[in-house]
Amino acid sequence: MDMIDKKILNNHNLTQGEYDLIRSLIGREPNLTELGIFSAMWSEHCSYKSSKLYLQKLPTKGKRVIQGPGENAGIIDIGGGRAIVFKIESHNHPSFLEPFQGAATGVGGILRDIFTMGARPIAIMDSLRFGPLSLARNKSIMDGVIAGISSYGNSMGVPTVGGEVYFQNSYSLNPLVNVFCLGIAAKDAIFYAKTGGAGNSVLYVGSKTGRDGIHGATMASAEFGKETEHKRPNVQVGDPFKEKLLLEACLEVMAKELIVGIQDMGAAGLTCSTSEMAAKSATGIEIDLDRVPQREEGMNPYEIMLSESQERMLIAAKPERVKEVQSVFAKWDLDAVEIGKVTEGGQLKVWFQGQVVVDIPVTAIVDLCPAYKRKYEEPAGPVPGAPQRGHPLPKDLGQALLKLLSWPTIADKEWVYRQYDHQVLTNTMILPGADAAVLRIKNTKQAVAMTLDGNSFYTNLHPKTGAVIAVAEACRNLACVGARPVGVTNCLNFGNPEKPEIMGQFKQVTEGIAEACSSFGIPVTGGNVSFYNDTEGVSILPTPVLGIVGLIKNYAKTVSPGFKKEGQAIVLLGENKEELGGSEYRRALYDEETGPPPAIDLKKEKAVQKLCLQAIDAGLLQSAHDISEGGLAVCLAECSFFSREKMGCRVDLRDALRPDDLLFGETQSRIVVSVQVSKLKKFLSLAAKKKVPAAVIGKTGGKNLRVSQRGKKLLNIPVGQAFQAWKNAIPVYFKIK
Amino acid sequence: MKFGVIVFPGSNCDFDTFYALQDVVGQPTTFLWHKDHDLRGVDCVVLPGGFSYGDYLRSGAIARFSPLMQEVEEFAERGGLVLGICNGFQVLLELGLLPGAMLRNKNLKFLCQFVHIRIENDQTRYSCRAKKGQILKIPIAHFDGNYYAPPDVLRGIETNHQVVFRYTDERGRLSDEANVNGSLNAIAGLMNGRGNVMGMMPHPERASEAELGSRDGLVIFQSIISRWT
Repeated sequence: MDMIDKKILNNHNLTQGEYDLIRSLIGREPNLTELGIFSAMWSEHCSYKSSKLYLQKLPTKGKRVIQGPGENAGIIDIGGGRAIVFKIESHNHPSFLEPFQGAATGVGGILRDIFTMGARPIAIMDSLRFGPLSLARNKSIMDGVIAGISSYGNSMGVPTVGGEVYFQNSYSLNPLVNVFCLGIAAKDAIFYAKTGGAGNSVLYVGSKTGRDGIHGATMASAEFGKETEHKRPNVQVGDPFKEKLLLEACLEVMAKELIVGIQDMGAAGLTCSTSEMAAKSATGIEIDLDRVPQREEGMNPYEIMLSESQERMLIAAKPERVKEVQSVFAKWDLDAVEIGKVTEGGQLKVWFQGQVVVDIPVTAIVDLCPAYKRKYEEPAGPVPGAPQRGHPLPKDLGQALLKLLSWPTIADKEWVYRQYDHQVLTNTMILPGADAAVLRIKNTKQAVAMTLDGNSFYTNLHPKTGAVIAVAEACRNLACVGARPVGVTNCLNFGNPEKPEIMGQFKQVTEGIAEACSSFGIPVTGGNVSFYNDTEGVSILPTPVLGIVGLIKNYAKTVSPGFKKEGQAIVLLGENKEELGGSEYRRALYDEETGPPPAIDLKKEKAVQKLCLQAIDAGLLQSAHDISEGGLAVCLAECSFFSREKMGCRVDLRDALRPDDLLFGETQSRIVVSVQVSKLKKFLSLAAKKKVPAAVIGKTGGKNLRVSQRGKKLLNIPVGQAFQAWKNAIPVYFKIK
Repeated sequence: MKFGVIVFPGSNCDFDTFYALQDVVGQPTTFLWHKDHDLRGVDCVVLPGGFSYGDYLRSGAIARFSPLMQEVEEFAERGGLVLGICNGFQVLLELGLLPGAMLRNKNLKFLCQFVHIRIENDQTRYSCRAKKGQILKIPIAHFDGNYYAPPDVLRGIETNHQVVFRYTDERGRLSDEANVNGSLNAIAGLMNGRGNVMGMMPHPERASEAELGSRDGLVIFQSIISRWT
């Protein structure tokens, strides 16, 4: 009779089939530690077993790609001997259980992914989803998550330069915390997770190992029920100060060329780092757990191998370099202990108190987890862009706009951003809240732009279209600051993949991302899949989040969303249509999330973006802001809010649409720009040449937001009043009484 | 004029300060390692922002025991110029080179934003190139910037004109709203009685280039240099 029974398998989230495969791969029954190792490495979180088949369809090649998916982060060549290293990761489950530490360690984990490759992290962005703030629980989750991000990122001295925050019911018991980080490395000094060959020393560096986070990866790969609170000990605890020291020490041993390879200990800790490094170099690895620095007494091999204690790295170095490596870490007051050797063959061999406690092939753990083609049911949603019967027109469209501006998803997020140090490292050219963050690269004219995007209301109504829109809008955000997209990372947040309807959403979303990225010619260089975002049987909306990075050749030309001067022409690029389905207007005013989402035509989209980019290059634009949630009216209001003087505008629209469609519809492929009158002719002829619809809709200036339709007033409200509605909406929920 | 930027474990504005002094202002600048006992012949010591020792226990409380602090104290004693920015200011308070202490910001949150500060005294080593009443637009980024001193100490500071900057609105008016962190007397920057040691919560190194939104911080560095002979 096997020692491993059904109950043990259930606790390890392994199926009988998986267990049988494990037995045949190692030719015997695994012991409990070995089973724990397989459980962690074959978890959805580490193995991508449900998503692999679909992720393979994403475009990953491009002439700038130095490293695509499969490493800690993707790498793109930006010229001048430099490369950008970036990735997005989710920390959803831990952030629900313990918001502060969950979010903080999410930041810590992604930072390590970046600096483990030899890059200095220069910026963080977060995509956050919470339940409605009317519930106290959601407020405390949000408060904790923001504080956690702030605490870790600020202490590390890496600016958090923006992101997005959405609110919706399905995130009430399942908040999403996706952290996107970007670093810069010298192109010829990139480090990988490799052992470099038998005989090399294996060093453990960083914090000591404790009992925190054991089986975090397995936990993140299961649905939550009511008893989930018990899983709190599975959440790791972060120490940003330690990580800051680790960052400096790692970059120093890299700069001095003292090491061969390096891998961070993230999910599945020592297990993942040892086996992945060995597997990637086709070697074995042997470690002695008695040498692993421990901060608790009496830890057993299972606990040591599966602990997810933070701020730890595994390093492979030539034996003759070990002393020098240790002296660098000692300078930064960190442990660097030789815990083993790289070996011939392909076994992971682990010693504990003089006995071999693990002896399994690394390829079995890393590469041989089964990939599943799970059952799927493709949703038959409404046709995007299809007309839909609306509600009666509101009597006061100005009031409707004020309501939208104070709707938390649209409202000002300064309450969030100002808790993040967004200026440290002195590269941040555009402050958070704009379409994209822009970071200059010191001693060059170049800048990097980053943006995060994903509207789950659209993906919920039509997963594929929603995904295409997410890519398109992210690229549009970049175009608005004058950046051309060069690389993509994605975080795919979904419910339980064992439910066919969830798998159907996932399939469509990946198809949409693949189609849009191919069309834009941008490679996906990595990302993260987070399944099992279900609590008490409720799945989140399908939420793909796209992190897209762009380049600006000459940052002196970059443009921001705010109006600049009075009396300048306001031009609308793109066409207005009747598309209120899935809009924030419908959600805010009528509590409806139904209807067809807006349609998207990538050819038109690319034409609009190209025009915007060329006009910025030619110095024709004063400002540019993309039309997204809340439609044209919200876009115009934001252009005013972002202007230094809170300058108003006077706009007259010629379209014969219903006023609510016109003001609040979320038709894609539209950008509002402002142009000096002297350059208007030149700009309009460029637009005509590019066959992009460009309508002069009004002028900047005044103290009010005035919008009319063919001369008939639609709304006229003081900018100050609109600004207060937008600015105060979120702080009101968090007032200290 | 030679500047030295101290690197504590957890300092994170050290590179920025170095860059502003060397690349923007054009003065020779060197890093000073906290474990050394050597100020390397610099003319002005700068304690940069960050989270020295993780700000564990209390902001700046552990860094004040770093080996190099002994030399900094002696240097200040001899009249050497010592500037503490943000966390550096907190360290100088802990060290006793400046009077008072920092409390948590009044809203109990970390605050990163542009603020306006008014020059209160233009007869100092750190502000002589500015004019009294001049307004600087400059960022802050801190959790503990709510300045406190006992009433008698505060009176002394004011009578001796030790307050160099105060938080105001963009037109130079004092208000609760403009005093974002709740500092007593809206104090944003303060020097010692002798005028050679100054601490300030705002970050002049973040307001030294137009592309970052303000060059108002430069006047502080330029003041330091202008009086150097």
